[in-house]
Amino acid sequence: MYAYDEIDRTLINERVSEFRDQVKRRLSGELTEDEFKMLRLMNGVYLQLHAYMFRVAIPYGTLSADQMRKMAHVARRYDRGYGHFTTRQNIQFNWIKLADLPDALEDLAKVGIHAMQTSGNCTRNITTDQWAGVAPGEVEDPRIWCELLRQYSTMHPEFSFLPRKFKFAITASAHDRAAIKVHDIGLRLHKNDGGETGFEVLVGGGLGRTPFIGKTIKPFVPGRDLLSYVEAILRVYNQYGRRDNIYKARIKILVHELGIEKFAAEVEDEWLAMRDNALTLDDEVVEDIRSRFTYPHYKQLTDLPDELKAASADPHFEAWRLNSVAPHRRPGYSIVTLSLKPIGGPPGDATADQMDAIADLADKYSFGEIRVGHEQNLALPHVAQRDLPALWRALDKIGVATPNVNLVTDIIACPGLDYCSLANTRSIPIAQELTRRFANHDTANLIGRLHVNISGCINACGHHHVGHIGILGVEKNGEEFYQITIGGRADEHAVVGTLIGPAVPYADVADVVEDIVEAYLALRARPDELFIDAVKRLGVEPFKERVYATR
Amino acid sequence: MTSPLQQKIKITGPSVITANRTWDGAVIYRDGQHGWTTDLSSAAVVRTADDARALLTESTADDVGAIGPYIAPVDVKDDGTIEPGNLREQIRRQGVTIDLPVPA
Ligand code: HEM
Ligand code: SF4
Repeated sequence: MYAYDEIDRTLINERVSEFRDQVKRRLSGELTEDEFKMLRLMNGVYLQLHAYMFRVAIPYGTLSADQMRKMAHVARRYDRGYGHFTTRQNIQFNWIKLADLPDALEDLAKVGIHAMQTSGNCTRNITTDQWAGVAPGEVEDPRIWCELLRQYSTMHPEFSFLPRKFKFAITASAHDRAAIKVHDIGLRLHKNDGGETGFEVLVGGGLGRTPFIGKTIKPFVPGRDLLSYVEAILRVYNQYGRRDNIYKARIKILVHELGIEKFAAEVEDEWLAMRDNALTLDDEVVEDIRSRFTYPHYKQLTDLPDELKAASADPHFEAWRLNSVAPHRRPGYSIVTLSLKPIGGPPGDATADQMDAIADLADKYSFGEIRVGHEQNLALPHVAQRDLPALWRALDKIGVATPNVNLVTDIIACPGLDYCSLANTRSIPIAQELTRRFANHDTANLIGRLHVNISGCINACGHHHVGHIGILGVEKNGEEFYQITIGGRADEHAVVGTLIGPAVPYADVADVVEDIVEAYLALRARPDELFIDAVKRLGVEPFKERVYATR
Repeated sequence: MTSPLQQKIKITGPSVITANRTWDGAVIYRDGQHGWTTDLSSAAVVRTADDARALLTESTADDVGAIGPYIAPVDVKDDGTIEPGNLREQIRRQGVTIDLPVPA
């Protein structure tokens, strides 16, 4: 966990009183909506279809048990008893009243949580691997660098009004769980031949109307130069980014229009002129941040303790363990993923009761720490293997032990037309129907890793472009239709999926996905050829044929 | 923002003015008595562009009470009941089409 300092606490508290005053003035009519809108957006408050929505940042996806309890409290006290974990390591509350928002913010501030920069054309919550700091083989904990970037970018005067929102993601593992290639800036922490730690910097990734996979702008930037290099990128973007057209304002469009070489050259010029300025990170600064992260006092344990061996006789436990438990960097420990994708449920939602229970379990079994991943699931990052059977029983009781992580029912979906004012179509009921179709665990397991992503409009909050199967809602003559893409992926081999044909109506979507999955099962070369690899080998044709032959 | 007075307004059928209530965000409709209602059946229905513009202008003037008033289509049934004219408005009136994680 990271311990915030006095500067952070003061900043957050000042923000709360400021916002309390702004809300008061809005409700009294002193501020018009036009004047107020910017102010509420700066505090994560959007207007959705039926209510205000409040987006709260979870920096680099790490939550303490106490912070989770506060989320539960906000859900229960000011909302309708639940919250929604999003793909950007945020949580959203869907039914909050403007009049209650200052109190909610104040309650969250007590545990160091805020909603700054969760909206607007600034640097958004900096995201990373939900296994940061515990994944075996990681170069080092990427959250140290997330925190440096967070401090650097919070209320940065020059970059608070960029042409458009700006999203960073960092990974420090060979397998990218943070989707860095679809972010404005993606950072891959690695060591160069000299053993020095630094970053491969990618730029210009993004989804939305015009999806792009990020391109490498510099293969190695030493850690000490990270901030100055990032600042050089932001300056070039701030200067040349298209402010005239909201659809062309993201950095991905600038990179595309200039070409990566030209863009890189501009950045290089800017950087060389300023690289040795105050932004250079001395070792002491990095060490200071590093020292503010505390790690658990792990016990000396060994892998595969007797408790685990005994429990593996229970097929339900074993199915869950094989699916949801991952190796930890310390012997005798595991990382446990909590599925927020129950069969028939809305992806990513957790009730206040579940949040409280998870906080208690984190205290009991995971040194009080919880992680939020971009797949809209949670994780307990430090669980002793001998505790797994007891933890499993407790998780199962509260409905977060569905053994479907990375399977076809582990669907990423945006709120869609049930909540979102920009939506064309619904997303959640499509996800729910799909989970019912594939509810049988043996079937889902036989299919293997398969990511289904659903967005209710072209803004792509559900990352449909990079779903192995992507579903995008479009409207046709007032009816809900869905375009289906296949072959997308968001990891280190990120690609944008290919459209298989004309959009299909709401009622057909689950059938179409079933057809695609059946075609895959019939065509795969071996049982362990994953869906995504089969699509790569076969192309979309056989799937297209299967889907449209009878439609 | 273009003022509603200057906006070209085209309506294709019976319409209402809808918005969200400022203090809690709830869905509201303009009624015929210069106020707001949460009940679509009490909304004022307009059928011409001029009437729509007049009602929108009046609604927009109430900035303290409502956010983002706009014209929304409705169906008026033979028995006089008013139904939302599209799925979006149907969901705004009835709420989400799914079971909420915590029953109300
Ligand atoms: C009030 C609700 C929401 C609104 C108004 C909204 C709005 C938008 C817009 C306008 C974009 C496109 C931006 C661009 O390309 O310039 C976008 C992208 C995105 N949003 Fe949302 N969104 C909402 C909810 C969510 C939720 C619930 C999630 C997570 C589940 C999410 C995550 C994302 C992501 C990951 C992207 C695409 C990645 C990218 O920035 O290129 N948003 N959103
Ligand atoms: S993809 Fe569209 S419908 Fe879904 S949350 Fe984003 S803006 Fe709303």
